[in-house]
Amino acid sequence: MKKHLSLIATIAIFVLMVAGASLHYKGFFSFGVFLNLLRDNAFLGVAAVGMTFVILSGGIDLSVGGMIGFTSILLGVLITKHHFHPAAAIGLSVAIGTAIGTSMGYVISAFDLPPFLVTLACMFLTRGLALVISPDTIAIDHPWYDAVSSAKTALPLIFLTVLAVGLYIAHARPFGRAVYAIGGNADSAALMGLPVGKTKIKIYAISGLCSSIGGVLLTFYMSSGDPNAGRMLELDAIAAVVIGGTLLSGGVGSLVGTLFGVLILGVIQTAITFQGNINSWWTKIVTGILLFGFILLQKVFQLRKTDS
Amino acid sequence: MGGPLIVSSALLEMRGIDKSFPGVKALDSVDFTLRSGEIHALMGENGAGKSTLIKVLTGVFPKDGGSIALEGKLIHPRTPLHAQTLGISTVYQEVNLVPTLSVAENIFLGREPTRFGSIQWRRMKAASEQALAKLDIQINVGRLLSSYSIAIQQMVAIARAVEIEAQVLVLDEPTSSLDKDEVRQLFAVMQKLKSQGLGILFVSHFLDQVFEVSDRITILRNGRLVGERQTSSITRLQLVSMMIGKSEDEVAVMASHNVRDLPTATGEPFLTATGLTKRGSVGPVDLQVRKGEVVGLAGLLGSGRTETAQIIFGVEHPDQGTIHVEGQPVRISNPRKAIRLGFGFLSEDRKMAGIIPNLSIRENIVLALQANRGWLRKISQRQQQELADRYIKALKIATPDADKPISQLSGGNQQKVLLARWLASQPKLLILDEPTRGVDVGAKAEIEGLVYQMCADGMAILFISSELDELLRDSSRLVVMRDRKKVGELSGDRLNSAELMNTIAAGGNER
Amino acid sequence: MNARLSRLGPWVWAVVSLALILVFNLVFTPGFFSIQARDGHFYGSLIDIANRAAPVMLVALGMTLVIATGGIDLSVGATMSIVGSVAALMVTKGHSPLAAILTACLFVALALGAWNGILVAVFKIQPIVATLILMVSGRGIAQLLTDGQIIQFHDPSLAYIGSGFLFKIPFSITVVVIVLLITAAVTRLTAMGLFIESVGDNPTASRYSGIDIRTVQLFAYAFCAICAGMAGLVATANTSAADANNTGLNLELDAILAVVIGGTKLTGGRYQLIGSIFGALVIQSLTTTILTKGLAIEFTLVVKALTVLAVCLLQSPQFRTKFRLPARSK
Repeated sequence: MKKHLSLIATIAIFVLMVAGASLHYKGFFSFGVFLNLLRDNAFLGVAAVGMTFVILSGGIDLSVGGMIGFTSILLGVLITKHHFHPAAAIGLSVAIGTAIGTSMGYVISAFDLPPFLVTLACMFLTRGLALVISPDTIAIDHPWYDAVSSAKTALPLIFLTVLAVGLYIAHARPFGRAVYAIGGNADSAALMGLPVGKTKIKIYAISGLCSSIGGVLLTFYMSSGDPNAGRMLELDAIAAVVIGGTLLSGGVGSLVGTLFGVLILGVIQTAITFQGNINSWWTKIVTGILLFGFILLQKVFQLRKTDS
Repeated sequence: MGGPLIVSSALLEMRGIDKSFPGVKALDSVDFTLRSGEIHALMGENGAGKSTLIKVLTGVFPKDGGSIALEGKLIHPRTPLHAQTLGISTVYQEVNLVPTLSVAENIFLGREPTRFGSIQWRRMKAASEQALAKLDIQINVGRLLSSYSIAIQQMVAIARAVEIEAQVLVLDEPTSSLDKDEVRQLFAVMQKLKSQGLGILFVSHFLDQVFEVSDRITILRNGRLVGERQTSSITRLQLVSMMIGKSEDEVAVMASHNVRDLPTATGEPFLTATGLTKRGSVGPVDLQVRKGEVVGLAGLLGSGRTETAQIIFGVEHPDQGTIHVEGQPVRISNPRKAIRLGFGFLSEDRKMAGIIPNLSIRENIVLALQANRGWLRKISQRQQQELADRYIKALKIATPDADKPISQLSGGNQQKVLLARWLASQPKLLILDEPTRGVDVGAKAEIEGLVYQMCADGMAILFISSELDELLRDSSRLVVMRDRKKVGELSGDRLNSAELMNTIAAGGNER
Repeated sequence: MNARLSRLGPWVWAVVSLALILVFNLVFTPGFFSIQARDGHFYGSLIDIANRAAPVMLVALGMTLVIATGGIDLSVGATMSIVGSVAALMVTKGHSPLAAILTACLFVALALGAWNGILVAVFKIQPIVATLILMVSGRGIAQLLTDGQIIQFHDPSLAYIGSGFLFKIPFSITVVVIVLLITAAVTRLTAMGLFIESVGDNPTASRYSGIDIRTVQLFAYAFCAICAGMAGLVATANTSAADANNTGLNLELDAILAVVIGGTKLTGGRYQLIGSIFGALVIQSLTTTILTKGLAIEFTLVVKALTVLAVCLLQSPQFRTKFRLPARSK
């Protein structure tokens, strides 16, 4: 029970927000709005799945936004300028994204460098490469693309699939437990014989994979490739993970929490569009307040644990 | 020395183990034999080589020389993991498990039962329950490890070790943070494992526990083997004298250094501590230190000496007890307050709680004085230089200049710099915790000389040491601790090594 | 030569890098070093580099102290935009005199820094996490203040801070020099610098020596926020407009990078104020060089990424042993 307290708090806040918004705004509580909530936040959600793995292991990945911009413009160029079939282009860019993630993981584990700096370098690199590929937005015009992006359920389905796979990996595979163990106590994990280095590489590979899938989803959503896409998105992803109850120090948390973290951010956004006259910056302020609340909550738990 | 050993019954044989670190011979041709179905205690004071021997055995350090044989086959443990696969598992005092995972996961982490790559949770839980049942423990294995007491966590660690099919189980100070009932529970588990044929190497600082649970005892001192004895054939006093040496001979007291001759030893009380207690750590302790007096704090490692000093200095907070300074009651909530009251504390842990490695000798020396003055009233560069030069000269610190980073000095010189840090702050009470540890003979004599000098100048000194000679030589009075409690005080005629060893070793009737 | 250079101080590598970039330009970019006097002011690439690097240099000074305590401050960009917005609003709405604006900005920055400092020092929250809160919500607050609009103002006295000239050079450079001197004075004429380095190097031993770690951390975060506030003022005054969306965007990363290039270790301890200034100049001169070579601005990000990686790898002991580089003298 205590194990899930943080998660319960997250879900409670989500329910309260939805209830409040439903009472306040006509038509908020509808299937269409919820489908859109998932659709609008699918790319953030997928990126947050990868981020959850990273944070669970006690790391951080700042390259998420850059990776999304990179994947997005790469797709645009491959499809529009080089006439790749979208499926091939998607396969290629996701593969490159995963490779970049893997290299980050290698540098972090082989040279024992702080993830903060390595992923920061990678953020510069991916964003820079994105802008080098094309400084301008490229519209993607392809019947296959239009078909996918006009299907209302496509993006939510992809998001939920990635989430389900993530949940399976995190809870049913030995690798998933190794992620939790490394985040819980890296020294013990090594003494217990877990392959810490290999696991770290895989974790950042997963994050690279997820953020490049996020980039793909964003191109479906926008019907274009944009080198500036996903600016500061790493912050939203981190916020969603933390609001979802995952400890930034690692070892504790869940992807279910992350789902609700993403949904909470989405509800704030949706509520603000419903309100119309409130401005988007309230999203940031409310996100910050929630972040503060959850960090404080975690601190209280920690303090109580050390007391007992 | 123990009689000739019967090779055939030996499970583990370590022969002629050598290990050196830069400047120190940590192990000098040490032998150790463990039989299956026995609990074998490894005893010795700080620097005796216990933990080095264990680390060589468990693959943390490579050995320089000697051989290790398990069931007659030579082995070369490379890493703790490798040692585990060879059949040697270790459970440490600070449990090396993952507190944020469940008990079952901790037992099977890295070896989870899987089908098609998926963890079989039900099988894992059942197997965990079984493994714990072997130790007579019934708990909910689905709950987080951190929701259980340290004792249970240790049992889980043992269960994990046993599950890996260990033949040799190393328990490194497993009882340090356990209460009486928990110790009983642990001992029951150890007896059970012993009856299953495991060889258990047990390290503990508690004499009572060693006598209660172990079959044989190996004693090390200064990196050498002192002897191996049947537990039933040795007395407490014999064990203690083997551990701390100098047998029962009277220690010659050097006249020139005898603080007892100083007229100052009868000064007014500076510090009076009454009934200091911290649950699970130390107490109760009563202590008085007068101005111009060196009070030695004696006792074996783990007897609560350092813990007492930490409470007095405000590093730790007592649950009970009062402290008076010059007759006034005081509350010391942190080291800063203690320093303001005129205390200084030379910690035994030079690396963690002593040196600021990348700062210069000069900065390290002025630090405490500066901290006490506050950040706004900076000690001028010139004054800093004068202070540093004065102490470099007075304490004969071997360095070309005061601007060298302290990390580049030898251990003994680092210790002198830290001593200088406290002397510069001109304390009224100086707590010295193992001031001569890891320091060469020359520096040792110099530090002892300084203690005498400071005392003669009217400073109150609380002196903690594992070396009896040193304590007897340098103290006006001795407070003796055992099993985290104060058990006696020695002064005047009773200040001799026989009396001291008797007090340290005295029977378990007080527990 | 490697060891001899290092002995001068860890900041020497930043100077060497800067020199290399300048020599490159001396050879390949004609006119790079020419400085013309026009309307009584000096113009030229060198002055331009210093002028443009001013906000990063200012933030890097404060960031140096925070990093030296073993912390990090991600919220400096947000602080810049809040302070810039406050200044712009005071001009447009309140027609306040410069002194009032400066005082108000100082207090706003101080409050923001105290917030970070309290989270880190009192609530013991990891610095990355603690300052993330203000990083996320701070820009929102700035946008709230300005209603999301770019606020243009006309106030010659305020504009002077960012675009004026003193002794023929941009006044922003003077601001940097003043703040550098103040930082050096506040930390080196008092014992604060010693305490900061001590806390960053070994917090436990510092506590045993009687240092009040909380005060030291509070000071560092508050001082860092004030530096960020100054940077916000300079950036806003430079364009005579407060842009809550973009003022100081990503600047925290540049500042951290400048500090690391300057020779201060991310793990804390000894700090190099001059090094951080040179670190910021290295970053800006790289950017300027790329621009003057006719390369797209996009390449700066790639070059920056490679610089971060190179600096990180050179500081990693594993990397040094693997490639047999000599160990750092310290």
